[in-house]
Amino acid sequence: MIMFWVAVLAISLLLYVLLDGFDLGVGMLFGMTNDDKRRGEMLSAVSPVWDGNETWLIVTGVVLWGAFPPVYATLLSAFYLPLLVMLAGLILRGVAFEFRARAETSRWVWDIAFAGGSFVATFIQGMTVGALVEGLPITNGHYTGGEFGWLSPFALLCGVGLCLGYALLGTCWLVRKCEGDVREAAYRLIPALAVGLFAFLVVVFVYALAENLQVIHRWLERPYLFVFPAVSAVAALVAAASVRRRRDGVPFYMVALIFAAAFGTLAISFWPYMIPFSITIDDAAAPHSSLAFMFWGEGLFVFPLMLLYTVINYSVFRGKVRSTADHY
Amino acid sequence: MDLTALLLSRLQFAFTISFHIIFPSFTIGLAAWLTVLEALGLVTGRPVYRTVFEFWLKIFGVAFGMGVVSGVVMGFQFGTNWSVFAGKVGPIQGVLLSYETFTAFFLEASFFGILLFGRPRVPPWFYLFSTAMVALGTTLSAFWIMVNNSWMQVPVGYATTNGQFAPDDWLAILFSPVVWVRFPHMLLASYLTGASCVAGTGAWYLLRGEYHAEARVMLRMGLFLAAVLVPAQLFFGHLVGDYVHGKQPVKFAAIEGRWHDEQPASEVLIALPDPAAQTNHYAISVPILGSLIGSMSFTSKEVGLTDFPPQDRPPVAIPFFTFRVMVGCGLLMLFLAWYGSYLSVKERIGEKRWMLWAIFLGFPLPWIAILTGWFTAEVGRQPWAVYGVLRTAEALTPFLTVREATISLLVFCAVYAFIFGFGIYYIYRLLREGPAGRLIEPPIGAVPNRPMSVVHHHEAPTVLAGE
Repeated sequence: MIMFWVAVLAISLLLYVLLDGFDLGVGMLFGMTNDDKRRGEMLSAVSPVWDGNETWLIVTGVVLWGAFPPVYATLLSAFYLPLLVMLAGLILRGVAFEFRARAETSRWVWDIAFAGGSFVATFIQGMTVGALVEGLPITNGHYTGGEFGWLSPFALLCGVGLCLGYALLGTCWLVRKCEGDVREAAYRLIPALAVGLFAFLVVVFVYALAENLQVIHRWLERPYLFVFPAVSAVAALVAAASVRRRRDGVPFYMVALIFAAAFGTLAISFWPYMIPFSITIDDAAAPHSSLAFMFWGEGLFVFPLMLLYTVINYSVFRGKVRSTADHY
Repeated sequence: MDLTALLLSRLQFAFTISFHIIFPSFTIGLAAWLTVLEALGLVTGRPVYRTVFEFWLKIFGVAFGMGVVSGVVMGFQFGTNWSVFAGKVGPIQGVLLSYETFTAFFLEASFFGILLFGRPRVPPWFYLFSTAMVALGTTLSAFWIMVNNSWMQVPVGYATTNGQFAPDDWLAILFSPVVWVRFPHMLLASYLTGASCVAGTGAWYLLRGEYHAEARVMLRMGLFLAAVLVPAQLFFGHLVGDYVHGKQPVKFAAIEGRWHDEQPASEVLIALPDPAAQTNHYAISVPILGSLIGSMSFTSKEVGLTDFPPQDRPPVAIPFFTFRVMVGCGLLMLFLAWYGSYLSVKERIGEKRWMLWAIFLGFPLPWIAILTGWFTAEVGRQPWAVYGVLRTAEALTPFLTVREATISLLVFCAVYAFIFGFGIYYIYRLLREGPAGRLIEPPIGAVPNRPMSVVHHHEAPTVLAGE
């Protein structure tokens, strides 16, 4: 029962990272152009799906709360200020989608809100993961770090890293969904972002070694972890080849695979801890009566339906987006 | 008063939840009403139902989006500010919220696109079905929230292990009698909100001499619905009062402004409660009515606040006044609904401009009643987060600083004021343009877009299916 909810949690979080990852990435890229037509197309590439994408964050949150209450309570309270900023970013960016087209003279406000909100939310998410990898100050199951216990150069670095990562996912999505200028501009950005991301990974690895982070020991104890970098390397090669040949559909899946591999690496490095290295899965699990009640209803029946809805949603909106300014 | 992290967190929760409830209470009722309109349009074939449907769908879209973004915050706040609470009640309340997310949010999200842009693509019966599914989603969402809050009011079906509340009887939690009087009470309140906005808009158009046919449909449907629902709501309100009387006597005493035991008890209609002197000033009371309301008896003894130790009593002024405002709104609505319906049936409402003005200006009454009703319920539950077992002060994140709590409260106030201002402005513009204002059907091939994209007109992208 516990393992089932660990799995649901992992799937939901991974789906969130992959799906909201690309639309947050598109949001950041949106800030890099001034061309109104391009901006319109970039929005069209994510607008039908971003709402559903973000719902996976809520799913992650509530599963965490229901199935692993101490983890929910500890993490959310420890990251008080960063989460506040992330929520503000997500709210402003969410309404910007809607208000931008409605605005007449104040459209620039929503442009800033959209790009800025996407950037801030992404940065905070990366920083949070970095702080977790480095280890939160927790004694006897209680957070003791104060207002800024999560703040460290490593965490900030991870914030930058995730911005690069989501932006890369975003470019791959634009390549997949758009044509013309937007597609070309996205193709041109991919190499720079990929190199940036690679450099980030190297720096992270060196830092982790230098600081002798506990996570590193996991790699020695669990050598099969090296499967993940190997998968990533293959995916990166395929992605590079497909970018060169302009195979629009491929890069997104390859970058998503790299993200999944990174996710797997972290998950297994943390195992069996949920908050490394202080709260384990078994410590955190809610009583059996809670997990069983969740399993026999939402777990067994509703969760597959949710996945199905997501598939249907994406298949309805498959294919390239075109601006139809000439439609009227 | 000292601004402690506790007080700031309570203010923040009160502010964000009050802001949030404005939107769902509107969309729950509106979704159900849209379903009725669509069904009527299908059965009767009258085009006016279709026009009214399309018009309100746009407004529904904007309000729905505002509800979604403000709702995300709620899911996080239990953990950020109330982490002790979150850790202790997660096995029950976290589970209930996860049911809300799984069963309601995905249902709403999946059928909403079809509702907004799918009409040209799906058969009429499926469109009606989608409308009903969105309505079902909003209703399920309300259900899980009411189960959750009712458990905080009257916790049942649990055992305490290691300081954590573990569920041991889910049926008792889901089928608690408290849920089944409060859920209908909230549902009716939402339906009334929808009815009141629709009737108010109809009255507004009639006053301006516009959209006569649509305005008549809005006014009549809104008023007739309210005429039936308000009495039902008063009845359920009475049942809610009964549960409070039985299960939360100290809250009941605070609402009644009853400081000392009385037999038979009088009913304080209005007064100025004075907690220091433990008495009321300027009270207008009706003898015996208190016993009648509390216990349906002419002779019963009703308990007063002083029966309870001071540290277990809620603040008195807020529940006392908010309850009276709520009831006042209910009685005003009853008058507007019944007299308005009577005039409508007699075809005389057009002549009574003051009545049209009253219906128009009265559109926020259900909202005021909902907010004050929730203040009564939540402030009256204090000093407990979970009634009788977990104090609000003990539920707070222990290491939360005043500085953090101040910053977050200010940020939420600023962000919400900003988006609320624009959102309301956009809704107002849609209302002012009226049912015939803009194109009604999206062009063939337009994407089923995001909720609020329904108000976009100049930038419709297209997905070329099947590429």
